[in-house]
This record gives sequence, structure tokens and C-alpha cells, in this order.
Amino acid sequence: MSVDWKIGGVLLGVVFFAAVLLVKPIGVSTQFVILDGILTDAVNADFITQTDEGYTSTNAYMAKSGGKYAKSAANPLNYSFVFVLAMMAGAALSAFARGGVGRDEKRLPAIWKANYGDTPMKRYMVAFLGGFIVLYGARLAGGCTSGHMMSGMMQTSLSGYVFAAGAFAAAVPTAMMMYKRG
Amino acid sequence: MEIILAIVIGAAFGAVLDRIGATNPNTITRMLNLRQLNLMKAILLAIGTGSILMFAGQMIGLVDVAHMSVKAAYIGVFIGGLMLGAGWAASGFCPGTGVCAAASGRKDALFFIAGGLLGAAAYMVTYPAWKASGLLNNIAGGKVTLGTVPGSKFDGIFAVSGDILGIVLGAIFVIVALVLPDSLSGQPTQSELPAE
Repeated sequence: MSVDWKIGGVLLGVVFFAAVLLVKPIGVSTQFVILDGILTDAVNADFITQTDEGYTSTNAYMAKSGGKYAKSAANPLNYSFVFVLAMMAGAALSAFARGGVGRDEKRLPAIWKANYGDTPMKRYMVAFLGGFIVLYGARLAGGCTSGHMMSGMMQTSLSGYVFAAGAFAAAVPTAMMMYKRG
Repeated sequence: MEIILAIVIGAAFGAVLDRIGATNPNTITRMLNLRQLNLMKAILLAIGTGSILMFAGQMIGLVDVAHMSVKAAYIGVFIGGLMLGAGWAASGFCPGTGVCAAASGRKDALFFIAGGLLGAAAYMVTYPAWKASGLLNNIAGGKVTLGTVPGSKFDGIFAVSGDILGIVLGAIFVIVALVLPDSLSGQPTQSELPAE
């Protein structure tokens, strides 16, 4: 079953603390770029190339900051990429251990059904478009809910507050307009 | 060694996100339309707890200050935040919770990931235009913290002790989590509550 918010909040805080204590602050959205790099390089081997100093790419974003993204994409067995894979496994195991997500929910979340009826194709389209602007926005901002909002505000970084202000300023009105029921 | 830590911390992060309901788009949506704020309270408590532990740990020398990683502030951070917020509310997923939801078997989350990969690729292609626009240029010093953290390579905006400020702000996050009501816009009726 789900945990009480107080226990869950403390546990989540401890995880964020453990990450800083042992390695570095948690972040996720960069790994979408890394996976894009891995996939593109698999199709077009010239996309990422090794140089004397490290790695570079024909894409300016992939090559920025001394080619650190290009390097990660060329070596997927790095901390941040494995972290996201482990995160997926942890969530899946936890969901399985509490009985799993129901078949109806897997197909269509209840709140969508309450507002838009049994329209899974429409839902998948919105999820796809949502994913597009979430990751475009996250890369423009240089981080997402994990890296900017949680890790950032926890470290008292100015950018974390700027990001959170933008995210909630758009998210709350959007959710209130789109999901009036449920 | 680092890979083992990635597996252990990553798995713990995913499991906790699942247990607080963050991987469930119903819970995310009801937080963002202000109907049920338990998840918001958990997130605020987590930021506060993490902040207090980290800064207290740095003060007593337990936590290596060099592990801090502060991101740059620029106008694009706010614009990107607005975009992420809109997509987050529409889909009920953010990057981390989206991949976790997909791993838990949610079909819509797979579409979210596909859209995300395309969105990240679109940014990679359009990056030079953003760079040229000046919207990625640092504001207020770029990679800065609110206070000045002793031993950190990041500048502080205010000349106050960054450690103490971090602990005080952490405590404020905890207090806000505790006093925030369960709902700000009417609880959903029982029949509206989606069954898990």
C-alpha cells in the first residue's frame, strides 16, 4: 500500500540526502538526451566521435561543455544513466509488491476517464504531446522536477526557485482547466 | 563502486516515488488542480528534510561540499519551467515519474516517454537558436546559492552563512508541509475517487 505522506516525505528526503552524501544530486531529464544520443549514434555512427581530448558530436548540444553528453552516450554504463534504469526497476518492484497497477489503470487513468470518458487514443496523444513539451522545457531549463525543483531548492540554488515558480505557474491553471472532475 | 550506488540509490528513489503516489498520474493531477495536496506535502517535507540533513552534514564535515551541484539561472529556466509545468499537468507525468510509471505497466507513460525523446531531440536541434537568443545567458551570477556556503565553489547572493540559511529554509519547508491543508479547492467526492 501507499505510505503516509509524512513517512514518504522523510524517506524521499533521505534518498535525496544520500545521493548528495555519496555521489551527487539526483537528476533525470538529461538521460533523455543521452538515450537520444545512443539511438542516433546507433543509426549514424558519425554522430558521436572520439577525439584526443574526449568525445564530440555533430550536434552542438550533444558536444557542449567539452562533450560530456557525447561521452555519456558513448559509455551508457555511467552513473546517471544506470541510475534511471535502476529507478525504473525500483518503481516496478515496489508497484508489484503492493499488488500492481490495475488493468484498467494501466490502460487509462481514472481521472482521464472521469473527465473525457473512455477515450484511450486521445489520452495517449495528450501523454505524447505532454512528454514532448515536458522534455523540451526541461532541456531548455537545464533540469526537471528532480534536478531543478527538488535537488535545486534543497541546495538553496536560485535556479531551483526560478524553475519551480515557472513550473507551478503553468501547471496549476492547466490542471484546473483540463481536469475539473475527479 | 559508483555503478552499485547508482543501482541502490536509483532503486530506492523509484520505490519511494511509487509509494508516495508520484508515479500515479491521478495523484499528480489532483495535486496540481489543488484538490488533494498530500503529495505536495510529501515533496515539501522531502526538500526540507534533504536540505537540513545536507547542510547540517556539511557543517559537521560529514558531507563533502564539493558534491553540491548548482545549476545556472537564466531566463530560459523560467520559460522551460512554464513549458514543463504545462506538459506535466496535461500528462500527469514528469521525466522521472514518467519512466517509473512506464516501468509499472502504464501504457500512457510509454507515449509520454516517446514524446519526451522527441522533445529532447527537438531541443538538441534548436539549441543553437536559443544560445544565440541570449536567453541562456546567466542572470544574477548564474550558478549561485541564496546564502554563501563555506567551502563551495558557488557564489552566494546574500552574504549570510549558506549552511545556516539552508537549515532555516529547510525548516520552513517542513513547517509549510505540516500546515498546508489537505485540499485547497474542495475534496473529490468518494464516487469520484479513482480506485487504485
